Amino acid sequence: MHLLVCGGTGCRASASDAIVGKLQKELDEKNLQDEVQVVMTGCFGFCEKGPIVKVLPDNTFYVQVTPDNAKEIIEEHVIKGRKVEHLLYKDPTTKKEISDSKHMGFYKKQLRIALRNCGVINPENIDEAIARDAYSALAKVLGEMTPEQAIQEMIDSGLRGRGGGGFPTGLKWKIALSNKADQKYVVCNADEGDPGAFMDRSILEGDPHSVIEAMAINGYCIGATKGLVYIRAEYPLAIERLKTAIKQAREYGLLGKNILGTGFDFDIELRYGAGAFVCGEETALIHSMEGERGEPTFKPPFPAESGYLGKPTNVNNVETYANIPVIYLKGANWFNKIGTDKSKGTKVFALAGKINNVGLIEVPMGTTLREVIYEIGGGIKDGKKFKAVQTGGPSGGCLTEKHLDTPIDYDNLIASGSMMGSGGMIVMDEDDCMVSIARFYLEFTVEESCGKCSPCRIGNKRLHEQLDVICKGKGTKDDLEKLKNLSLVIKDTSLCGLGQTSPNPVLSTLDNFYHEYIEHVHDKKCRAGVCKDLMKYLIDNEHCVGCTACARVCPVGAIAGERKGPHTIDQTICIKCGACMEKCKFNAISVQ
Amino acid sequence: MVQVKSLADLQNLKASLQNKLELREKGEKADSLVQIKVAMATCGIASGAKKIMEYFMNELEKRSIGAVVTQTGCMGYCYAEPTVEVKLPNQEPVVFGYVDLKKVDEIIEKYIKNGELVNGIIPVNYETIDDNNK
Repeated sequence: MHLLVCGGTGCRASASDAIVGKLQKELDEKNLQDEVQVVMTGCFGFCEKGPIVKVLPDNTFYVQVTPDNAKEIIEEHVIKGRKVEHLLYKDPTTKKEISDSKHMGFYKKQLRIALRNCGVINPENIDEAIARDAYSALAKVLGEMTPEQAIQEMIDSGLRGRGGGGFPTGLKWKIALSNKADQKYVVCNADEGDPGAFMDRSILEGDPHSVIEAMAINGYCIGATKGLVYIRAEYPLAIERLKTAIKQAREYGLLGKNILGTGFDFDIELRYGAGAFVCGEETALIHSMEGERGEPTFKPPFPAESGYLGKPTNVNNVETYANIPVIYLKGANWFNKIGTDKSKGTKVFALAGKINNVGLIEVPMGTTLREVIYEIGGGIKDGKKFKAVQTGGPSGGCLTEKHLDTPIDYDNLIASGSMMGSGGMIVMDEDDCMVSIARFYLEFTVEESCGKCSPCRIGNKRLHEQLDVICKGKGTKDDLEKLKNLSLVIKDTSLCGLGQTSPNPVLSTLDNFYHEYIEHVHDKKCRAGVCKDLMKYLIDNEHCVGCTACARVCPVGAIAGERKGPHTIDQTICIKCGACMEKCKFNAISVQ
Repeated sequence: MVQVKSLADLQNLKASLQNKLELREKGEKADSLVQIKVAMATCGIASGAKKIMEYFMNELEKRSIGAVVTQTGCMGYCYAEPTVEVKLPNQEPVVFGYVDLKKVDEIIEKYIKNGELVNGIIPVNYETIDDNNK
């Protein structure tokens, strides 16, 4: 028998260490230490009801356990085999106790569709993939459906593009099918560029066959025989595994001529990108594949009419493709029951930032940010206070406390001033300065702007300069007005998605954290202590004993004072490195 | 390699591969064969998963434990890399996080040899498409 005690940060904070100790002590006293092991585990994710103790092999799940309950658990459950009812989880709707964790709604918080095989199969072995249904959807579509029927199934499923825009996939395919040409192309967009996002890389590294299969289905539906994967060269492992997978699929005849004896031909080639953010935009991506500069062009014409080499081209993102085989196997009606009214299925998020369980998660659309951050992500690191969550990368915005209970889907995120984006989710706490965050994203877009249109090339540069002035404490209240106006102009007049969304981090922080901007320009203060130019190191005369340690460590000689007398910092010389504060043993130096 | 030429071919292949996997999982050697999967995506490898996998292979052989060690993709627990899944015969798989060489030792000696769980288990917190029958 095993007693699993949650050792996640949240449960530890509520004494799970002491629970382990007590359980062990009780077992020792009753001489059961050889039969029952107490084990500390990682986070169960159910931090809200922690500390958690789970009993194996019967899967009993105790919540909100205190060290005092240890004796009861041992005497009742372990010795007498009776469950300790008052520690069981009560279902919030039925009010009934649930003893087996497998029946708890909480386990249904995450549902893995796109990630179904990641971490399950060996990605370099096609046999393992086939044993888990790979290429069965392709066989089903080729054998039983016409392209029109298959597209209708895709439309019925309600799947929307997972790259960020959220365009209905089935509709995209329908348009590509309706455009007649001697050659059409299917392109997989694997140019994942948002800072902090790595879902597409993980899918390609963990389950490349799902993408290959879906591209072949896509080819059959729109009448294309050639597929291209545009992938950034900085993903070497993903490239290697994809190449291996394509090779194995060819050997089995699942790519190439006359696939599964149906007369359908399809093959895939790779195209490498140099890692430019703008190449995630479909027209820029296509130009880059053609060997041209990675610059977007005006739409229309859409790639579905005139794309790669001027031929009708359908571009979908990696995660979109990873969903597709399951939709055909389980049916559109299975898929469209998951999620919200207008956003069906699940979304993969890369959780990053000041959160305990950094990682890759997949939740049904409609899950709230609170559930993602507190129940799956395990809450904020070091017990700090939540400030904001950034979604949608440089094109998205920051959401705050008041958005925590908003169900996540394409439309709700846009209504809240952010966007789904490709699925990066960066959590920020009280130590993050929102003005600096906006400046960070602008720095990124300034570097990544292709320079073709002036609003994006010049506008973002000016926006960044203005933010920099504010962070340096030289901004005025008028600057905030200018910031907003310039942002709106860039949004309205830029050529492609990059420029049209790049001011979003500024606008959303202005909206939600206006008080922080005001503090920067009016009080010349940065509450998070991030903007160095707004910080002041001060020596408290009462606590300073004149040991001279600070003066000796100061790299620029800004500290003066007599031995055994109070010291002072010359603010005009100080570079705010913080070395003096670290060195002071008497807590006489503070930062303001 | 055999070419898959028709739907029937694919179904036969799938059935035989499933049998093969099942054999590996529940077959003749059910009493002795341990399966170990090491998460080897970029995140895992960056945290040292390659070394862990090698160590597992060498040590299991040295200690004469019949086991299959394979690589797999990202399990999603990036905060706890390297992560390893261990499946003892006829048991549910268990995932261990923050695995270092010392932990490998402990896993082999305690869990694999005696079935005693060790600290650092990552509980399953998701539903699969097979569980979901809405």
